[in-house]
Amino acid sequence: MAFSLQRMLAELKVYARGNVRSREGFFFTLIFPIILILLFGAIFSGGGVSQVTVYVQNHDNGIASTQFLSALNGTSSDCSSSVSSGLCLKSVPADLNFSQYLSSHSASDGIVIPANFTINYSEKTPVNVTVYGDPASTTSAVVGGTVSEFVNAFNAYGVPGLAHVGVSSQTAVSSNYKYIDFLIPGLVGFAALTSPMFALVNISSTYRRDKVFKLLSLTPLTKTEWLISKIVWYIGTTVVSFILMSLVGVYVFGAHIVVNPGIAMFLVIGPFFFVSLGMLVGTISNSPESAAVVGNLVTFPMMFLSGTFFPVSSMPMYLQGIAHILPLYYMIDGLNNVMIYGNYGPALFDAGILVVLSVIVFALAVRFFRWRED
Amino acid sequence: MPAITVEGLVRNYGQLRAVDGISFSVEKGEVFSLLGPNGAGKTTTIEILEGLRQQDGGSVKVLDLDPWTKGYELHKRIGVIPQGFKFLDYPTPKEAILYYGALFDKKVDPDEMLRRVILEDAANIWFQHLSGGQKQKLGMALSLVNDPEVIFLDEPTTGLDPQARRAVWEVIRKLKNEGRTVMLTTHYLEEAEELADKVAIMDHGKIVAAGTTEEIENKYGSGQKLVVKAKEDLLKFLQENTKLKAEALPNGFLAISLRDKDDALVALGAIEESGVEWGDLTVKRDSLEDVFLRLVGPEGQSEKESA
Repeated sequence: MAFSLQRMLAELKVYARGNVRSREGFFFTLIFPIILILLFGAIFSGGGVSQVTVYVQNHDNGIASTQFLSALNGTSSDCSSSVSSGLCLKSVPADLNFSQYLSSHSASDGIVIPANFTINYSEKTPVNVTVYGDPASTTSAVVGGTVSEFVNAFNAYGVPGLAHVGVSSQTAVSSNYKYIDFLIPGLVGFAALTSPMFALVNISSTYRRDKVFKLLSLTPLTKTEWLISKIVWYIGTTVVSFILMSLVGVYVFGAHIVVNPGIAMFLVIGPFFFVSLGMLVGTISNSPESAAVVGNLVTFPMMFLSGTFFPVSSMPMYLQGIAHILPLYYMIDGLNNVMIYGNYGPALFDAGILVVLSVIVFALAVRFFRWRED
Repeated sequence: MPAITVEGLVRNYGQLRAVDGISFSVEKGEVFSLLGPNGAGKTTTIEILEGLRQQDGGSVKVLDLDPWTKGYELHKRIGVIPQGFKFLDYPTPKEAILYYGALFDKKVDPDEMLRRVILEDAANIWFQHLSGGQKQKLGMALSLVNDPEVIFLDEPTTGLDPQARRAVWEVIRKLKNEGRTVMLTTHYLEEAEELADKVAIMDHGKIVAAGTTEEIENKYGSGQKLVVKAKEDLLKFLQENTKLKAEALPNGFLAISLRDKDDALVALGAIEESGVEWGDLTVKRDSLEDVFLRLVGPEGQSEKESA
């Protein structure tokens, strides 16, 4: 029962031809990705972000800087509840290179408080807080504005009439991130999730009903070959979605994409995982109806909570927690890391999680998928 | 060694005993037909032989292999058309044959295969647009791609019009002439009479009769009858003057049972002697259908008619 490339390719050819000939297959492979990117690109272009994560590096150990930061952070010390300023501060150790830290965390917004802040403040020597930001980004504008406001209030609170804390700004990271930049990886992930999930849940029930699985079990084709041919097909459709969405994103909305081999890694692992998952869901359900229900229960939360339509970092903390247990999050986060920031370290971590999950789910799908007696 | 051997086969579905200890064997090159009303256990039996289902008891060998444990090996040597053959929507018959050829690693000439099943006219039509008979013929073509020694056909002509049915029969005859063993289930008695060397009649999971159609007709049928159109007076005359058994049939016919040749001569003599006006003389015997209906009873009969 060795693996046969010839059989796998024959199965792939038949399946591909069916998809090309069926209207649904054609629509979901070629038309749907374009509609998605046009629609969401148009809706969300230029939209704001509700909460902004700001990295803070405090070189000063005095009381003034602590007060300044606690004022900026409102009453809350974490980012789970709504913060008065709309900023979520995250502390960065003083001994690290701040610019590098920002870029390695795929962020552009930050504040640096100099070492002599408290002394200068008490001695009324002018001192500047440095705000890092991306001039083109809406989040950076929010951060800059909020910090300036606080500085004004802080000055007024200290010695009325004498403004001695200033704000200097610094451009962080070279790229201009826009919403559309996040939308492309999100929607590629969306396509990699939805087409294989819906198709395989559907196939696993209709093939069983029409006895096509029985028929296939009477040929030398193995379940593994069958499943791999589906994986190969959906890697293909995901690549097509990626290309179409990127072209529309770049040429219609002026998106910024770093093309690199890391992208290919996710375009392969993502469909591998979701084809296996779709088959597993279809297999463990004993009727077409329950398969559809379980399929939707698995698919819909991932569709909306994994950073498909907006970055996970802009969601409330408890939803971010949920996002981190959804496999699609790791595909989209990984694509964000490679396509936008060029951050390979975190991307490899994302890919590693997906590979482990894929191997487990694939093995379970092959194990439980019976095509003889039902 | 027979191509198929079944001994004491049992299969349950929960409380229901679908196959209840049946035994039979099929010789190589034979066309063997499993007959029975719907729900008799035919499909369960055939699916166990194909290795698609596991039996609960008894032993089964096809080409000397256990179908369940040696299915992968066996499937390279058998051809199967499941009941109500369905396939993927989009391949054409030609593409489907090439696909099967690749799966079995056999070089096939799709045009030749299509000619064999009389489907060359529909070579390039998507499966979903084929007629019922064309689909069934494609099923036969696919089952032949691996040049099988044994072919299982589960109700291959159910739902087909008479022409399509005849065409399928034609193909089955060709298969027999090529020396292949054919296992055929059907609930059309005519089909079994036309094609089968041997027949087994199944009802409620048991085999109620088996043998050649002739053997079954002789064993379970009522023998030959002389049927003649005549007035009631003839019945009276026969009863009074001969030992022949006779009964009145509808429409003024009379049936005289014939146990041997002498009975026939006596009957003809008596008819002449009676002086009753008569005509339309024929000799009839119980058909397989008559026997079938007698064996499986009215329940089977009603199911057969509704099917």
